[in-house]
Amino acid sequence: MSQEYSAATIAHFTEPRNVGAVEDPDGKGSDANPSCGDRTTITIRLRDGRVEAARFRTFGCTAAIAAASVLTELAIGRTADEAATIDPGDLIRVLGGLPTRKEACALMAVGALRAALIDAKVKESSASIQAAKATGG
Amino acid sequence: MKRVYLDHAATTPVDPEVAEAMARVLREVPGNPSSIYAEGRAARALVDRARDEVASALGATPAEIVFTSGGTEADNLALRGTLKALRASSKDHLVTTAIEHHAVLDTAHDLEGNAHVRLTIVAVDRDGRVDPAAIGQAIEERTGLVSVMHGNNEIGILQPIERIGAICRERGVTFHSDAVQTVGALPFDVRRIPVDLVSVNAHKFYGPKGVGALYVRKGTRIATMQTGGGQEKGRRTGTENVAGIVGLGTAMRLAAERRDAESARQARLRDRLIAGVRTRVPDAILNGHPTERLPNNASFCFPGTQGEALVIALDLEGFSASSGSACTSGNTEPSHVLLALGLEPSVAQGSLRLTVGRETTEADIDALLHALPPIVERLRSISAVPV
Repeated sequence: MSQEYSAATIAHFTEPRNVGAVEDPDGKGSDANPSCGDRTTITIRLRDGRVEAARFRTFGCTAAIAAASVLTELAIGRTADEAATIDPGDLIRVLGGLPTRKEACALMAVGALRAALIDAKVKESSASIQAAKATGG
Repeated sequence: MKRVYLDHAATTPVDPEVAEAMARVLREVPGNPSSIYAEGRAARALVDRARDEVASALGATPAEIVFTSGGTEADNLALRGTLKALRASSKDHLVTTAIEHHAVLDTAHDLEGNAHVRLTIVAVDRDGRVDPAAIGQAIEERTGLVSVMHGNNEIGILQPIERIGAICRERGVTFHSDAVQTVGALPFDVRRIPVDLVSVNAHKFYGPKGVGALYVRKGTRIATMQTGGGQEKGRRTGTENVAGIVGLGTAMRLAAERRDAESARQARLRDRLIAGVRTRVPDAILNGHPTERLPNNASFCFPGTQGEALVIALDLEGFSASSGSACTSGNTEPSHVLLALGLEPSVAQGSLRLTVGRETTEADIDALLHALPPIVERLRSISAVPV
């Protein structure tokens, strides 16, 4: 049954972790796979520079859902800079491999997380600029 | 876990009687049908009998049947062979539709790109129906061939090929129909349907994979695609697949015997399935016309879900189904057939095709109706697309 996918991939597909959206997120990022129309959105909350919460929504195939699910698990607890270095190969390793033609699904999940981390960084710096302006500094 | 196979449009299991007939040929008939001594004559007799069985089921004469390696080759022979034969008379225009099988559509595009054939692709309505008048309008002076499939492999829609054939005949244009999904399931009589070329595929009606036939109406001009020893009256050369051909003939005869009762039974299962899905998942979209469809086909789109995920989730619960065409299941691009109906690509991505067969029971349908709604709900809860 579903030999194509590893047991870990199937587990993340049937019982995905961290589905949904973080309330009042510090960062939100999306990525899509233009060749098939799949897309993933990840929202994150940071505390003291670490990913405290990460949630995802994915419209896509088994691999796309499993990759986003495992990525949220890997990201939570890491610093923002560490989380930004998680690459598709890390997800594929943790999932016990993906079919070659599904490797782009891991790339999409990573793209969404990195976009969320950048969004958080941009919001933080614009907030500090606003704060600096407010104090006349 | 008991598996419930609901993908009979992809392929059907080989009927035990067919398998037995084929095994007997493999064990006991070693000859080449082209040899004139006893072993060859024995093999020839089996091929001839199978040809009679296929011809009889179609209302054709045996000389009008050309055995091929399956539906794809039959379609290729019909398109390439006809246009090649008509090249000398400057008939270089081909008319087909937007929802043909890839075996026709990709062949048509290949002819357009590489053989100086001009191509007109006729659109379909939201149910997938081809308007015969649109075919009539597409035919021009240099049209050599019109190709319109009888029953669509993805959405099950049946085309009015009698009316399209009548128009082609009136205009003097050769008419081909890919009837791979319908022969075996519905009556198909070439004495009644004005069609010149018909593609048939054994494994869609409980025969083996790798064998099919092209019906070529007497007098239809068709050139061969391959050259060699001249078998099949030179129209499809190569030593005959004797066991496969016997399997095709046997499967065709059995299908014709069982067809009326079995297709009515399958249509009842199909209607139970369609009604059940519509009740349990109210925003499911039924693809194709509600009644003008193959007796075994129920095709849906579930907005907010993706077809591959639906197929894998059902697989994990013991159901075999497909999304779009099995030939492209490794490719998650939305099906050209669903897009031709005017569906949004994101909606077309959530397609699921369920096709019942001889061994499908009411209990199987009810089990599917129990398993499917929670899967759709779960995938939607994960989905990034608002429903």
